[in-house]
Amino acid sequence: MSTLLEIRNLCVALPAGSERAFAVQDVCIDVPRGQTVGGVGESGAGKSVMAYAVMRLLPRGVLQVTGGDIVLEGQNLLALDAAAMRGLRGSRMGMVFQEPMTALNPVMTVGDQIDEVLLVHGVQDRAVRAQRVLALLADMHLPEPATLRHRYPFQLSGGQRQRILIAMAMALEPHLLIADEPTTALDVTTQAQILKLIKELQLRHGIGVLFITHDFGVVADIADQVVVMRQGLVVERGPASAVLDHPQHPYTRALIDAVPRLRATHTGSTAPRAPVLEIDAVCKSYRTRGSGLFGGRGQTLALDQVSLRIGEGETVGLVGESGSGKTTLGQCVMRLLDIDAGALRFGGQPIHALRGAALKALRPQIQMVFQDPFASLNPRHCVGRIITENVILSGVAPHEAQRRMDEVLRLVGLDPSAARRYPHEFSGGQRQRIGIARALVMQPRLIVADEAVSALDVSVQQQVLELLRDVRQRLGLSMLFITHDLRVASQICDRIAVMHKGRIVETGTVEAIARAPAHPYTRQLFQAMPGQAWEQRNTRLAA
Amino acid sequence: MERLLFFARRCLKALLVILCVIAINFALIRAAPGDPATILAGEAGAVDAGFVERIRKDYGLDQPLPVQFVAYLQQLATFNFGTSYRENRPVQEIIFEKLPATLLLTLSAFVFSVVVGVGLGMAAARRAGTWVDATITAASLVFFAMPLFWFGLLAIVLFSVKLGWLPSYGMSTVGADLKGWQAWLDVGHHLLLPAVTLGLFYVAVYTRVTRAAAIEVMDQDFVKTARAKGVPERRIWRHHILRNALLPVITFVSLQAGHILGGSVLVETVFAWPGIGRLAFDALFQRDYNLLLAVFFVSSVMVVLFNLVADLLYSIADPRIELQT
Amino acid sequence: MKPFAARFLAVPTGMAGVTLLGAVLLLALGAGWLYPGDPWAMVADPNLPPLSPGYLFGTDMLGRDIAAGVAHGARVSLLIGVIATVIAVLAGTVLGALAGYHGGLTDDLIMRFTEIVQTIPGFLLALLMVAIFGPSLYSIVFAIGVISWPSVARLVRAEFLSMRTRDFVKAARLGGQSDLRIVFRQILPNTLSPIVVAASLMMATAILLESAISFLGLGDRRLISWGFMIGAGRTTLLQTWWLSAIPGAAIFVTVLALNFMGDALNQALNPRRRPTGGHA
Repeated sequence: MSTLLEIRNLCVALPAGSERAFAVQDVCIDVPRGQTVGGVGESGAGKSVMAYAVMRLLPRGVLQVTGGDIVLEGQNLLALDAAAMRGLRGSRMGMVFQEPMTALNPVMTVGDQIDEVLLVHGVQDRAVRAQRVLALLADMHLPEPATLRHRYPFQLSGGQRQRILIAMAMALEPHLLIADEPTTALDVTTQAQILKLIKELQLRHGIGVLFITHDFGVVADIADQVVVMRQGLVVERGPASAVLDHPQHPYTRALIDAVPRLRATHTGSTAPRAPVLEIDAVCKSYRTRGSGLFGGRGQTLALDQVSLRIGEGETVGLVGESGSGKTTLGQCVMRLLDIDAGALRFGGQPIHALRGAALKALRPQIQMVFQDPFASLNPRHCVGRIITENVILSGVAPHEAQRRMDEVLRLVGLDPSAARRYPHEFSGGQRQRIGIARALVMQPRLIVADEAVSALDVSVQQQVLELLRDVRQRLGLSMLFITHDLRVASQICDRIAVMHKGRIVETGTVEAIARAPAHPYTRQLFQAMPGQAWEQRNTRLAA
Repeated sequence: MERLLFFARRCLKALLVILCVIAINFALIRAAPGDPATILAGEAGAVDAGFVERIRKDYGLDQPLPVQFVAYLQQLATFNFGTSYRENRPVQEIIFEKLPATLLLTLSAFVFSVVVGVGLGMAAARRAGTWVDATITAASLVFFAMPLFWFGLLAIVLFSVKLGWLPSYGMSTVGADLKGWQAWLDVGHHLLLPAVTLGLFYVAVYTRVTRAAAIEVMDQDFVKTARAKGVPERRIWRHHILRNALLPVITFVSLQAGHILGGSVLVETVFAWPGIGRLAFDALFQRDYNLLLAVFFVSSVMVVLFNLVADLLYSIADPRIELQT
Repeated sequence: MKPFAARFLAVPTGMAGVTLLGAVLLLALGAGWLYPGDPWAMVADPNLPPLSPGYLFGTDMLGRDIAAGVAHGARVSLLIGVIATVIAVLAGTVLGALAGYHGGLTDDLIMRFTEIVQTIPGFLLALLMVAIFGPSLYSIVFAIGVISWPSVARLVRAEFLSMRTRDFVKAARLGGQSDLRIVFRQILPNTLSPIVVAASLMMATAILLESAISFLGLGDRRLISWGFMIGAGRTTLLQTWWLSAIPGAAIFVTVLALNFMGDALNQALNPRRRPTGGHA
């Protein structure tokens, strides 16, 4: 098995004034023919930089290769001139990016975009190109290739767009495929399909794949070799089974430890508790706007007769993919949106019709923790103001608010002096703690966590989940935990409710559902979870 | 089918704009200090009591306001602008006589500014950060800052007087009885200076907008994808960047249409170009508000028509518009 | 604040803009001392060329000092520029904020209204308004304000639309903050920078508009204005071209300074984004 790609001592420098001097330093990676190498690490590890460096697509003037070699089938890519390099791109090596939504030209049909690859690499005959495009679309298991080729990107789903991107990368049957987080922006069920596709392509064409991801589960499923990166350095490398099952480096070990596993919850009593929140046959639909006066108006049913109950001190998970309605339900519970039908009761009292002063009085009792630590804090306000602003508005005296703030900052593991600083001075994980502090300072009974850990690195995610568990224990909080990740839900939820297309299809404890999923969609969701074989090998599923 | 519906919606919007213009005209006359009839008669006509009375009757100025408005609506809808006292003929005739000259001037200036402006903007974006970009940006800032009429006057001094290359006023040489293509050449000769003067300001505007739009598009993911496919730079610029950058540029250009007509008032005045802009200036001078309002109305209609065409063009260029309704 | 000022002055246009505008401002403020008395007064022989002793820019056909006209005209232009810009920015911000924050029907109505005002040939409308209401400082400022606000409204609306769905705004709603409070305390501070850039460019446009209105003879007769001077010099353009050229140059310098500043502000407030494809 000869080596397809050899990266030897690659160094890429960062511009002056960055947190470190190199994006990647002395990185050595080998991609053998017919194998998949998984490049894994947290954000800032330099994995993407490395991938871009191989394609020589680094942004000019910002990132520079300052040392090392990149050898593809015996040819040093760094020594080639621009024209020669351009010739290799697409024909000998292909790349797939992360965001299928924005990676396609919005004003060209998808067929034309695949056709373009063939055209620029010398396939003159229009008919030959057309045939190839149809064949590729069929290879990617896309429906109705003949009509699909005339569609525009906005008419396709995320998964379909990613298949188009893969088709473009594979059009000329390259020997190397570089995939930079290709499934991160996709739903877990779509992800499973795309991963299967990539594997199938690899087996059929014997290509080498360099697969960049932050998800260990994905790596476990598809990689033959694994390279672990941290802050621009390779920390550990080796065959997948070795690195994943017997990690040597302490960083790798810590990282693997932090990966959430499906675990059974330990909270003892299953005795019925007084419900703190009751969602009763709630319906909500959105009007999709046409433009202008005669625009056609459609209705999307976002929530369809949804019912759920959260008991005092209980944490219920709302698990679903995009479009399932989980975010909408969260917003309705928070009274950021009005429901069309049904009832919402909090502590026995109906809240779905509250307005004005009554609504304002309700606010402190239900608080939210948001997904994006970077967008959930007003960049112009100092932390102290962010935390105390709402408390003071709800009638608490300033010095009492100050006291509460100090207490709550300590509770989330931050020093009270943080109050004087601004959000941009903190890391993502710390900002999320500030967001949690902001919610807690109001002394709520119920917290709605909307994908609260989804945007965090796996190690930070572990810490924040730990924090949430700790805090809810101490304060006796109830929680509605919205997530797309079953494993994350199992880490913190007593029960979960699976949502699909606006309906709750199944509820129960994670254990019960995992053992015997009743609804076909739930089964699909469980089957699609990446890295299950690896998980079972390491038998961490505690009894 | 969808395109037809789209077009119908745009037409409705256009009619709404024209209705508003009519309403504005109506309101302005009534809001001005003094007797509306005298105002509509203009400085010249106001002295003739009979003329003023005829106006009062024609516009129904004694009637209640809603009736007046409906009458006014009907009149403007048929382009009936009343009679000019000074020239003793319908204003409609005067305007439509002068309209072609303005169309020639503004369309030439427009084409010139779009072609040169978009071209320079793309060139600047492509070489962003280099001296080429800096020069183009600086030049556009300079032309953007120049008052049109000042530049026109200086151009006359330089090109007509000092250098004698180009004529300084009018649309054709007075007295020379030219026919056929010689006549056209003469007009072209006269057109050059005014069209370039009017156009240069907008060259600056379009350069800036195009450059900004192109730079925005340059950073997008699909450009990265195109590079990863091995598409050569030239093709990337033409098919990927330009095609997407043109969308906001088309929107912007259609919004600017009204401006060019305003600019033509200044340029036609400076160069004595016999169009409706010049007519507007004369109307100002002679306090002939009726004529002024008529020019305003006709200009608005032209702008609205132009916007319709631009909207149609945009819907062809951007597939998301047509097919998303 | 400090790093911003440093970035602003580091851009060459920033430095140039501030210097030029500063010079014009000084001229305007000092007009009373440099050229006391009435700029309309006839003080010397007519048609003296520039650089004549005592008369830097010469005199016009009635013997009026051009330099005095330029200095006093600076006051008028800057004054009208500032007031019209303030009107346009206020009106545009309020309407844009309402449309962007509330969305739905409010947004639709305000946007239709904005589109209509933007479609109508603005300059002609301004001329009409000034002509019909009579040329005066007030009518000119009002007319310019009325036709200039749509671009600010669109800008503010776009900003508010994007801010409205940000999580920190949702968090403020969940804290029980009223809409008004959210608009002023949460969103507006984050949208100030593009508004400031737009305002500086708008002031440049306002000065150009005012000079065009005065050039066509609709300026306030009591005040001397650069546009008027250009128009007055037109009749003797061939012999005394400097009568039109010099006031025009003054307009050019002022507007250029404002454009430079707007450009530099834009660059200082939006430092070149870190391109995608960076680490991780």
